[in-house]
Amino acid sequence: MALDVPAQPSDAGRRLKEAGEEQVPDRSPMAAQAFGADARAARRATGTRIVTPTTSVRKRLKEIWLSRELLVYLVRTEIKVKYKNSVLGLVWSMVAPAMTLAIYFVVFQIVLGNKQPNFVIFLFAGLLLWNLFQLGVLTGTGVVVNNAGIVKKVSFPREILSLAAVGSACVFFFFQAIVLVIFLIALHSSPDWSYLPVLLFALVTGIVLASAIAVLLSAINVYLRDTQHLIEVILTAWFWACPIVYAYQSNIAAKLGPRSLTWVYFLNPMVPLVLSFQRCIYAHPTTYAHGVTYDVLPTKGMLWYVGLDAAVLGIAVALFLIALAVFGRLEGNFAEEL
Amino acid sequence: MSEFAVDVRGVSKRFRLAHGQYNTVKERIIHGGRRKATEDFWALSDVSLTVQQGETVGILGRNGSGKSTLLKCICGVLQPTKGEVAVHGKLAGLLELGAGFQMDLTGRENIYLNGSLLGMSKREVDRAFDAIVDFSELEGFIDGPVKFYSSGMTVRLGFAVAVNVDPDVLVIDEVLAVGDERFQRKCLDRVKQFQQEGRTILLVTHSPDQVRAICDRGIVLSHGNLVAEGEPGEATRIFRERLMAEGGGMAVVDPAVVAVPATPGSLGSLDAVGSLDSLGADASPDTERPVRLRSVHRVYSGDNAVPYMRTGDDLTIRVEFEALYPTEDVVFSLEIRSEGGDILMRTDTSIIGTQIDAQPGTGVMHFGIVDMPLLDGSFTFAVGIQSRSGILYDWKETAGSFEVMNPGRATGSVHMKVHAALISSEGAAATGALAQPS
Repeated sequence: MALDVPAQPSDAGRRLKEAGEEQVPDRSPMAAQAFGADARAARRATGTRIVTPTTSVRKRLKEIWLSRELLVYLVRTEIKVKYKNSVLGLVWSMVAPAMTLAIYFVVFQIVLGNKQPNFVIFLFAGLLLWNLFQLGVLTGTGVVVNNAGIVKKVSFPREILSLAAVGSACVFFFFQAIVLVIFLIALHSSPDWSYLPVLLFALVTGIVLASAIAVLLSAINVYLRDTQHLIEVILTAWFWACPIVYAYQSNIAAKLGPRSLTWVYFLNPMVPLVLSFQRCIYAHPTTYAHGVTYDVLPTKGMLWYVGLDAAVLGIAVALFLIALAVFGRLEGNFAEEL
Repeated sequence: MSEFAVDVRGVSKRFRLAHGQYNTVKERIIHGGRRKATEDFWALSDVSLTVQQGETVGILGRNGSGKSTLLKCICGVLQPTKGEVAVHGKLAGLLELGAGFQMDLTGRENIYLNGSLLGMSKREVDRAFDAIVDFSELEGFIDGPVKFYSSGMTVRLGFAVAVNVDPDVLVIDEVLAVGDERFQRKCLDRVKQFQQEGRTILLVTHSPDQVRAICDRGIVLSHGNLVAEGEPGEATRIFRERLMAEGGGMAVVDPAVVAVPATPGSLGSLDAVGSLDSLGADASPDTERPVRLRSVHRVYSGDNAVPYMRTGDDLTIRVEFEALYPTEDVVFSLEIRSEGGDILMRTDTSIIGTQIDAQPGTGVMHFGIVDMPLLDGSFTFAVGIQSRSGILYDWKETAGSFEVMNPGRATGSVHMKVHAALISSEGAAATGALAQPS
């Protein structure tokens, strides 16, 4: 019989006190290392899972990869729940962006007299990517707080929740892309197919960027609930900082270029991605209107676009890893903060 | 084989108790970016525990002793502040049944969603699907939205998914207490089946009986410390002792315990038992109440150091009374009630056949209960005084309580002396005998 009963209450009190004193310096790396070595060996041999104060980024990535099926279920659930009991269902995901598109078209083309040909396609190209980014970041930020019930009771890589929000934004992206194809056919506008790989590259980069921001903010939002409201405001400003409703080359480059300040505009990582989308879908870097030839998009080669997108991808991947590390640090106290 | 299934290595968990948190930017700025003075609270301090494969371990502790925190650390829902937990094999945690159910989705969709939350692949859920539906008894409802399920149905579905995860280690946090009795038994049967299959089970419970009935080992947590570890019976005993020693909480602390050393008849003992005077207020006027209760104590026969008695011990209930004038044929009655308030026994001196004639002044009488047949639990008793003809003189509804601890392994409420013998083990005869309803 292995009984370990403190003989006297004072004994227990002393133990508690000792424990308290020892543990005030937050984490003891020595103990963690000592355990780490043989724990790693054990895991290799038998598939043992270790719960530690912090999880390495590499381990987090592995766990996310192992939970990819869950990601699919969560995306499916979110979409199903969102349009449950609605007659039109997913059509709604196309109606709202179509409305935005219609308003911008009326305001800019008719009211303000923008003479850019096929302006709808130009608008749509930028909005398509922006909607994905905005929806992913916006829903992804609140997702840990909104799913407190699961977060507190079930063990799974919680980043999946943010990723699922971006994932469902991707599904809506897909439906909006179908609408875009219909527009392209109806307006006899042909995209520049040679730029399709650039578009796909920009799309992947945009998804990584949205995921990185969503993961980072979802963890911060648990501690600072303002994050959710703040990001809404920031996204509104961010939208106008992207060349979506106005053309980059004729409005921005023309003004900032002479002062060599275009680099300031390119601090916004969404700019190269939006330009890549427009370059592929709108396909006319130079247009003619009323006998005047002017540039809408940078008349640079494909390498220029790819290069900028690759730079953004690099930043996005770095941000994603940082987001995972921050998430890992903050995750430990989710259950008590929620 | 002495391979561990769960190894908890010096796990500590600190919670910051903030008295109203500054969760918005405005509040943070106003208070200089700092959080309000926080108080560290160690929900677990340096807990180490090794659970061998195939072992069933019960974790006992009062509310707030750190049981659930420990389980959450083992499941990985919470990360320990210090130390680490190694889990060998697949773990399924039943911290809350049906956590993550989407009310708008059907039972079928929720099985897949919940299964994948618990770490099952689609193929595994496919394979287990029929078993899950079968166990949950929801055949007719599986394609209806979960929001139309009753709470019992939801819980059944949650348990069914969790046990079909096919875990090597099953962690259960008090969820066995939900559902109707039949389903509870079904869950317990399933847990026992898991044991037979050599899986490891960690169980948090409030009920010492459950530990005694199912577990191989018991663990007692108190204020985040592991205070005892051992045989289920021993762990249960220590748990009860702690409950009594710490007071409050779930334990029923008997004021009569305090009263025992006091001088009989002194005001102190009267106060300790409770305001007998106020009790008498709603009874008849003094002239019609010639005999009144002064105080009631209970005395355990065994070891006086422990605040409980063991099954089989003797219990004496000492009644001090006061008579205004000589009264013949006074009947003292005694009622013993369970925690739930059910009367377990009622008797009086007239039934027992003891004639009591009270003389003016104070007197003492004893009820002696020999060979306590009750198993674990705390019980209350009521004492009354009446005339032979049934006129109530005095009555104390809760005159005191006593705690019984069962040193054996039997569970339930009453100790019966049971013998067991194998009469025949020849195939046909034995099964034939078993098949007969007794």
